[in-house]
Amino acid sequence: MDTKEVNSASTPLIISDGCCVHFGNTPALESVNFSIDKGKKVAVVGPNGGGKSTLFNAIAGLVPLEEGSLTIEGKNPEDSKGAVSYVPQKDLINWNFPLSVKQVVEMGLINRKTISIFSRKKINNKIKEALKNVGLLEKIDENIKSLSGGQIQRVLIARALAQDADILLLDEAFSAVDIGAQEDIMQLINSINLDGKTILIATHDVNNLEDKFDEVLCLNKHCCAYGDPSEVLTPEVIQEMYGSHIDLINNAHLPTSKNDD
Amino acid sequence: MIDIFLEPFKYDFMIRSLITAIASGAMLSTLGPFTINRNMGFMADAMAHATLPIIAVGVFLGFSISELGVPAAILIAVLLGVIIKNTNVGEDTAIGIIFSSFFALGFVLISLLNVTINLEDLLFGQILAVNTSDVYIVVFLLLLVVTIVLLFFKQLLFYSFDPIGAEVKGLNTSFLNYLFLILLSIAIVGSLQTVGIILVLSMLIIPAAAAKLVSNTFVTSIKVSIVFGVTASITGLYLSYFFNLPSGPSMSLVATAIFVVAFLSNKIRKKGSLATVTIS
Repeated sequence: MDTKEVNSASTPLIISDGCCVHFGNTPALESVNFSIDKGKKVAVVGPNGGGKSTLFNAIAGLVPLEEGSLTIEGKNPEDSKGAVSYVPQKDLINWNFPLSVKQVVEMGLINRKTISIFSRKKINNKIKEALKNVGLLEKIDENIKSLSGGQIQRVLIARALAQDADILLLDEAFSAVDIGAQEDIMQLINSINLDGKTILIATHDVNNLEDKFDEVLCLNKHCCAYGDPSEVLTPEVIQEMYGSHIDLINNAHLPTSKNDD
Repeated sequence: MIDIFLEPFKYDFMIRSLITAIASGAMLSTLGPFTINRNMGFMADAMAHATLPIIAVGVFLGFSISELGVPAAILIAVLLGVIIKNTNVGEDTAIGIIFSSFFALGFVLISLLNVTINLEDLLFGQILAVNTSDVYIVVFLLLLVVTIVLLFFKQLLFYSFDPIGAEVKGLNTSFLNYLFLILLSIAIVGSLQTVGIILVLSMLIIPAAAAKLVSNTFVTSIKVSIVFGVTASITGLYLSYFFNLPSGPSMSLVATAIFVVAFLSNKIRKKGSLATVTIS
């Protein structure tokens, strides 16, 4: 049976019910509601400071909720560590360390125990398999800093694959990479998605989302819209997210608002 | 020729000094690469200065500096970690406040408690004064630091490289943060008699910085840093013996000389590889 077919059986995986996150007195997320099914490929869009990274941090169990609930397969995010893999924004990683591609991918296999549960051979096999899946096996011994922006993203995705997490969060995966590399990353994400992984990607690019993603979550501190990109990404929703900058977006394919009907 | 090298070690105090110098050099330069890559040099300097009030009170109560080692290190690391985490003035500023105020408090306590400490030795090191129990303690601290680094190496590296990724993976990042601060603090307190409060930073970061210039991988940079650190310690000790120089500053200057050589060889190597590319 096709994996995708199994996943299409609409099993809610991540449920946010009135999720609120505050930093001191400043609200970062307010009453966010959505339910993401297993195996979905979701774009999370919104302006800078709109709460995309905060939502990812909440799903990853890094920030506490002020109000509401957020569950992953019915469990609190803090209890779901290991089920979620996070590829953070590039500037949050300390690039001073001269690490090999192999060392970075191996991080996906590190846990709290000081002695690994895997044998060295098994670890090496897992690293090679993950790198093969992202098409970078030949770069295994290279310094991570010698790779291009797109290749670094693929190595970080390989780390997530080595971890074998069900949910993959990619924060700004397409920033600072050229169009060709963006397409490579998208192809890779599609193939990972076919293997049954649920993928959330924070992105600034709201063009042609319906071609790339199953669903879109529009955030501007609160959830402006959630659903099929071809249905929910209306000019009103974009206006609500980005204010007056709507004309910057190629909206030729956007659905017309209900008011226009 | 060999006799000249062996000559200092007909004295027991020089053998004790040599062992202490090697242990301190190895301990500091093991942690150096983590420290410089995490931009924690200022933090380490603050830790060294923050030892002064603890040493003042400890010596007043009858303890030696090396006996204060582990408890003082834990106290400083936790204190600094908690203060920095809970102040909203920025890490750099918080470290600066702790750095200067603890140092000032140390001097005030030394004066108030009438503690008999040779301040010059404390600030710049006086390795020739170490006794046998000091040697045992410093060697024990070296073994402790190296064992813990080996045991938690991968976790510490993951946390240092990508703290968010490490936390999402389920690693106890708060524990790893304090673990590293405590290790750093142990290495600093354990090396105070060798290089002193002011110069301990040089033995922590200079061998590591030199190693970074000539190493391709992080693991290699740690190994090279240890070689440089121990070389600087031994050579500095020899220089202090033969030329009657203060031991701490001698070690620090040898480390600097190693850095200059590494820097120049790095420049020459880069120029060479550039020339090769141009010709090809």
